[in-house]
Amino acid sequence: MNTLEFFSLVAMLVVAAASGLVGAFALMRRMTLAADAMSHVALPGLGAAMLIGINPLIGGAIALFLGAVLVWRLELKTKIATETIVGVVFSTSLAVGALLSPDHELLELLFGGETLFTWGEAIVGMVTGLVIIGLILSLKERFAISFLSADLAAVTGIRREFLEFLFLMFFVITVLLGLNFLGVLLMGSLIIVPAATAKNVAKSFKGDLFASALISSLSVLVGWLIANRFAFEIGPSIIAVAAVFFFVSLLFRD
Amino acid sequence: MSKLSTTSSPDNFFTVSKMEVTIRDRVILHDISFSVKRGDFAAIIGPNGAGKTTLFRALIGSIPHGGTVVWAKDARIGYVPQHVDLDRHLALTLQDFLQLKSRVLNLPDTAVNDVAQMLHIDEGKLKLPLSSLSAGELQRGLIAFALIGNPNVLLFDEPTANLDAPGEEHIYQTLHKLQNERDMTILFISHDLNLVTRYADTVICVSSSLFCAGPPKETLTPEVVDKLYGSLPFEHIHAKK
Repeated sequence: MNTLEFFSLVAMLVVAAASGLVGAFALMRRMTLAADAMSHVALPGLGAAMLIGINPLIGGAIALFLGAVLVWRLELKTKIATETIVGVVFSTSLAVGALLSPDHELLELLFGGETLFTWGEAIVGMVTGLVIIGLILSLKERFAISFLSADLAAVTGIRREFLEFLFLMFFVITVLLGLNFLGVLLMGSLIIVPAATAKNVAKSFKGDLFASALISSLSVLVGWLIANRFAFEIGPSIIAVAAVFFFVSLLFRD
Repeated sequence: MSKLSTTSSPDNFFTVSKMEVTIRDRVILHDISFSVKRGDFAAIIGPNGAGKTTLFRALIGSIPHGGTVVWAKDARIGYVPQHVDLDRHLALTLQDFLQLKSRVLNLPDTAVNDVAQMLHIDEGKLKLPLSSLSAGELQRGLIAFALIGNPNVLLFDEPTANLDAPGEEHIYQTLHKLQNERDMTILFISHDLNLVTRYADTVICVSSSLFCAGPPKETLTPEVVDKLYGSLPFEHIHAKK
């Protein structure tokens, strides 16, 4: 393993830990389905960016940002809207994205596959991932109260609307960081599956956050090892490992 | 129809003037004005769907409203919701839950133990997941949450809705103790007119057709009660006691 390979793996592990934390709060916020499908919104952005010849991540970022703002605004107005957005907008965006994306790139955009990052990607992944982990940990109590009860948040002096927005931004950035190795379909799974696993085994708030980050990183590490050993695709390997952890965790569920 | 003065007298802990709340084009509260004095034990009564919980949510600033609410400068509000909709597998112990608030308020972790002790919540219960608590235990947990940070006004949505008779009595005694010992102002929503007349200094009725405020004995005339709840006679509203 050369240095760049090593740091690519470290970046993936850091992004996975951030993704585990984002996922733990996404579940607390009861956006399991939305969280998994929201990453799909990136596809039309990635495809459009490729069509006009700019960095695909810029297009993906714009599309994800618009998707997040859509969830944020509509959820403030009505609670039932989320499922509708997921069913209609997010799923349709896959179709539109597939039409826009070049055929030979489509598989990688959907399922990832990059195991060797550029130095830029590795450094951005590590630094941004660590910043997100730090911010989520420092805001964890505020997030938890906001997602448990809007009324308790209001009376505790928490600016819930702002926190909701901030959380969705962390979500978007984390998805972007994972797109190159997991793709738009599987990144959503790395956010949700380890968090769901952690919830089955954890008995406390800190335990849940720690377990979610750890299981997410472990899934990436084991998935990476399996992909390397058997020449499998990295994205599906990681999510298959995450799914195995999930099914094992069902045995520990109360 | 009686209305309390809306002028801001120095004894008023807070004053609500011309409050309006509209949710999805439906007017829930219209032209509500009243004030509550410092140290008052005030009951909010009214039929189901009259907007009592909405009034509380507007008072704590959780939903937008028209009109004004003026709180005393030193007001620290504690709010006990009727229930919190919890996920059955949420990994959050009662202690975690209480620590969320003590940490947001930058209080030492002992703040949690102090409140737990005051409400007779034992150590074992603190370690249990929130979702495994009984309705009564959860309510005590929500009261504990409200009391962290030493509030001087407590807004309590149906304190005893989920409790048996001894539990109900204990909650009211605790509230009364808080009112006396800490000079706390307490607002509670209740359906139990017997308890209201027994404990409240002020009663505030919320209903689409009638709005009144004043001492319970003078305010709760048979006519008012009749109008407020429809044709149910006074005794039948709470045959529980």
